[in-house]
Amino acid sequence: MASERETDDVTGVETTGHEWDGIRELDNPLPRWWLWIWYGTIAFAIGYWVLMPAWPGLHGYTKGLLHRSDRAEVASELKALDVQRGSGAAMIRKASLTQIEQDPKLQAYAQQVGQSVFGDNCATCHGIGGTGSKGYPNLRDDVWLWGGTLDDIQHTITVGIRSGHPGARQSQMPAFGRDELLPPATISDLTEYVVKLSGRPADAAAVARAAPVYAAQCVACHNADGRGNQALGAPNLTDSDWLYGADRDAIKGQIHAGNGGVMPTWGGRLSPETIKALSVYVHANAGGQ
Amino acid sequence: MSAPPPSNDAAPPGAAVLLIISVVSAFLAIMGAGLTSDPIFRLQAETFALACVLAAFALNAGLSSGTLLHHPDRYSDGVIKAGVIATLFWAAAGLLVGVVIAAQLSWPRIFYFPELGFLNFGRLRPLHTSAVIFAFGGNALIATSFWVVQRTCKAKLAGGIAPWFVFWGYQLFIVLAATGYLMGATSGKEYSEPEWYTDLWLTIVWVAYLLVFLGTIWKRKEPHIYVANWFYLAMIVTIALLHLVNNAAVPVGLLNHKSYGVFSGVQDALVQWWYGHNAVGFFLTAGFLAMMYYFVPKRVERPVFSYRLSIVHFWALIFIYIWAGPHHLHYTALPQWAQTLGMTFSIMLWMPSWGGMINGLMTLSGAWDKLRTDPVVRMMVVSIAFYGMSTFEGPVMSIRAVNALSHYTDWTIGHVHSGALGWVGFISFGAIYCLVPWLWKKKAMYSNKLIEWHFWIATTGILLYIAAMWVSGIMEGLMWREYTPQGFLAYSFIETVSAKHIENIIRTVGGLMYLSGALIMIVNVWRTILMPSEAVSEQTPAPLATAIA
Repeated sequence: MASERETDDVTGVETTGHEWDGIRELDNPLPRWWLWIWYGTIAFAIGYWVLMPAWPGLHGYTKGLLHRSDRAEVASELKALDVQRGSGAAMIRKASLTQIEQDPKLQAYAQQVGQSVFGDNCATCHGIGGTGSKGYPNLRDDVWLWGGTLDDIQHTITVGIRSGHPGARQSQMPAFGRDELLPPATISDLTEYVVKLSGRPADAAAVARAAPVYAAQCVACHNADGRGNQALGAPNLTDSDWLYGADRDAIKGQIHAGNGGVMPTWGGRLSPETIKALSVYVHANAGGQ
Repeated sequence: MSAPPPSNDAAPPGAAVLLIISVVSAFLAIMGAGLTSDPIFRLQAETFALACVLAAFALNAGLSSGTLLHHPDRYSDGVIKAGVIATLFWAAAGLLVGVVIAAQLSWPRIFYFPELGFLNFGRLRPLHTSAVIFAFGGNALIATSFWVVQRTCKAKLAGGIAPWFVFWGYQLFIVLAATGYLMGATSGKEYSEPEWYTDLWLTIVWVAYLLVFLGTIWKRKEPHIYVANWFYLAMIVTIALLHLVNNAAVPVGLLNHKSYGVFSGVQDALVQWWYGHNAVGFFLTAGFLAMMYYFVPKRVERPVFSYRLSIVHFWALIFIYIWAGPHHLHYTALPQWAQTLGMTFSIMLWMPSWGGMINGLMTLSGAWDKLRTDPVVRMMVVSIAFYGMSTFEGPVMSIRAVNALSHYTDWTIGHVHSGALGWVGFISFGAIYCLVPWLWKKKAMYSNKLIEWHFWIATTGILLYIAAMWVSGIMEGLMWREYTPQGFLAYSFIETVSAKHIENIIRTVGGLMYLSGALIMIVNVWRTILMPSEAVSEQTPAPLATAIA
C-alpha cells in the first residue's frame, strides 16, 4: 500500500496517504457551510431545550422558560371547541327528539353532529351515504326492520341489535335448512311462496304446497300477509327491499341459514346527546316513520 | 506469512462441526414439531427441521466427495455470489408483494381474497416490509460487506465455513419470519414482527456474522481500517443491540409460537421506536453508507472527497441517531420532554447525515462526465441525491408542528419510500452492477442499454410514488384536522380514504415500474453470468500470497 501523501492531479488536494484496494482519500477540510449549518442546528436545539420541557432528572424534568405543556394545551383547545360548539349540546339534552327535528336551529346542529358521528362510527357498515350493502341495512329508504320512528331509531342505536346488551334488539330466524328443520324440497317450495309474496311470478304448485308450511313456521314473525313485524325485526316480505338479496338463491339461502346481523351497543360509547343528534340525523335523511 | 502450500484440498474449518450441529438441530426440531400442540409452531419447527436436514445432506455430500474445499490463498467469493443472487431474488419477491398490497389499497374489492386469509393486507404488509428491508437489504449488506471487508483488509473471510452458515442461516431466518407472518405468527412490533424462536435464531446468525466480520478485520494486512468497514461494523453491532432489547419477550410455552414482550405501555412504545428508528439509522443508513463508501470511489476511480469529513460525520451520526426515536411518538402518551429530545436530536442529525452525501457526491469531482456515460454511476449518484433529500425531509418531519400534520399520513409512506427505493435500492443495484462482472469474471455487464432502461423506469416509478404520497398525505392530513364552523370534524376517516383513490393508483403504477426495473436487472445479471468469461478484470483478486508478500 502507498503510505506517502501525494497530490491529486485533478483537484490539487493532498491525499491522506492511505490506500485500500485502490481507493485513496483526499485530505479536504470539513466544508464550512456544512459545519456552520450543523452548529446552527445545535444552537437551535439548545435554545429549544431552554424554552421547552426537555431534560429529565431525578425529580421531574426541566420545564422550560415558556412553561409550555401539551396537556394544558389540549385542555384549553377542548374548552375552545366547547365554546365553538355553543350551547347546542345543552339544548339537545333538554329538547325532545321531535322538538329537535322541528326547530330549524337544533335540526341544523343535529345534522352537523350526526354527519360527523355517522361518518366515523356507522359508515363502516352502513356506507358513507348510509345506503348500506348486503347484510347491512340501507338507512336512506323508508324500509325499517326495527321501526323507523325517532324513538325506535334512538333505541336501536342505544342498545344495538343482537349485541349482547341485556336490552338489545333480539330475535333469531331459525336456520331451517342447516338445522334440518325442513327438508330441502320444502325450502324450495317456501322460496316460491316468498317470491309470490313479493308480487313476482312463481310456481303455483310449489306455492300451494308451501302454504301450510308458511302458516305453521313463518306467520308468527312475518305475519299471514307477509308484512313482517317490526317488534321482532322480522322483515316485510312483500316489498322489494331484500337485506340478503332478492333472487331465489338468496332467499333460499336465507331460509336455509337464518342469518341475522349484529349491530353494536352505542350507549356508553357515544354520549346521550350525541345519540339523540344521530337519531335525528338518520331519521331526517331517511324516509323516517 | 510463509507461502501457502500449492494444493489446498482441505475442507473448510468447522464444516464437520456444522454437520453435527445440523443433525442435532434437525433432531431437536423434529422432536419439537412432534411434541407441540400448536399448529403454527409445528409448521415452523418442521420448516427449521427441513432446513437442517438439507444442510446436513449438503455438508455430508460436500465433505465425502471432497468438493467442499477451502482455499486459504483466495478470497471467499462463492458466498458473495450466492448473496448477490439471494439479494435479487428477495428484491423481486419483496417488491412484488409491495405492488400487490398497493393494488389492495387501490382496489380493495378486486384484490380481496376472503378464502385465502394469508393474502389479506394485514398479513402481506409485514411480509413486504420485512422482505424488502431484511431480505433484500440484509442480503445486499451481507454480500457487499463480505466483498468490501476482504478487499480493504486484504484478508480472506475469517471462520472457515462460518460465512456460509451466516448466508444460509440468514435465508432460514427470512423464510421462518415470512411463513410465520402468513400464518399469523407475529409479535406485533413494526419491523420487528418475528416471534421469539425466529428472533433467537437471528441472534445466533447475527453473532456469527459479527465474528466473521471482526475476525476478518483482525487478520487484515492493512494498517488502517477503511471507513466502509466502520459503517458496516456500526451496523452489525447496533442492530444486535437493538434486536436483543426490543425483542425481549417471554414465550407462552417452549413449544408455543406466541410470546409477550417484557415492556408495556409507553415504555414499550418508546423501546419499539428506539428500535424502529435506529433500524432505519443503522441498517438502512449506516450499512448502505458503507456500500457507498466503497463502490462509488471504486466505480468512478476517484479518491474519497474528505477523510476528515468521513470521521466527523461517522461519529456524529452514531451518537446522534440513537436519540432520535421519540420523534415517532409526538403528541402521544410519551412525556413531552422525551418528544423534545427526539425532535432536537433529529434536527441536529441533518448535517451528520449530509456528511455522507457530500462525501459521496464530491468524490465525483473530476469524473462528472461519467454521469453521462455510465448508467451505474448515474444510478449511484441519484441514490445519493435521494439520500440527501430524505435525510433532509426526516428532520423536517420530526419537528412537532410539521409532524402534527404529517404523522399517520401517506407523507410518511412517501418519505420512507424515497429513502428505500431511491437510496437503499439504487445504491444496492449500483453495487451489484459493479460486483457481478467482478465476481463472475466478465469484462462488463451483458447490456448497458438494459441498465439505462432499469435506471429510467425505476427513477420515474420512484418519482410517481413519492409525488403521489406527498399529495395524498398532505391532503388527508388537512382533511383529518378540518373542522366545520360549528366545531365538528368535517370529514370522516372513510371519506379521507376515498379521497386518496387516484393517488393510490399512481402509487401502484410507480411501484410496478420499480419492480419492472428490478426484473430487467435480473435478466441482465442472468445474461451476464451466462456470458463466457473473456477477460479477467483488474479487480479479480490475485492470490493472497502475492498480495501480502
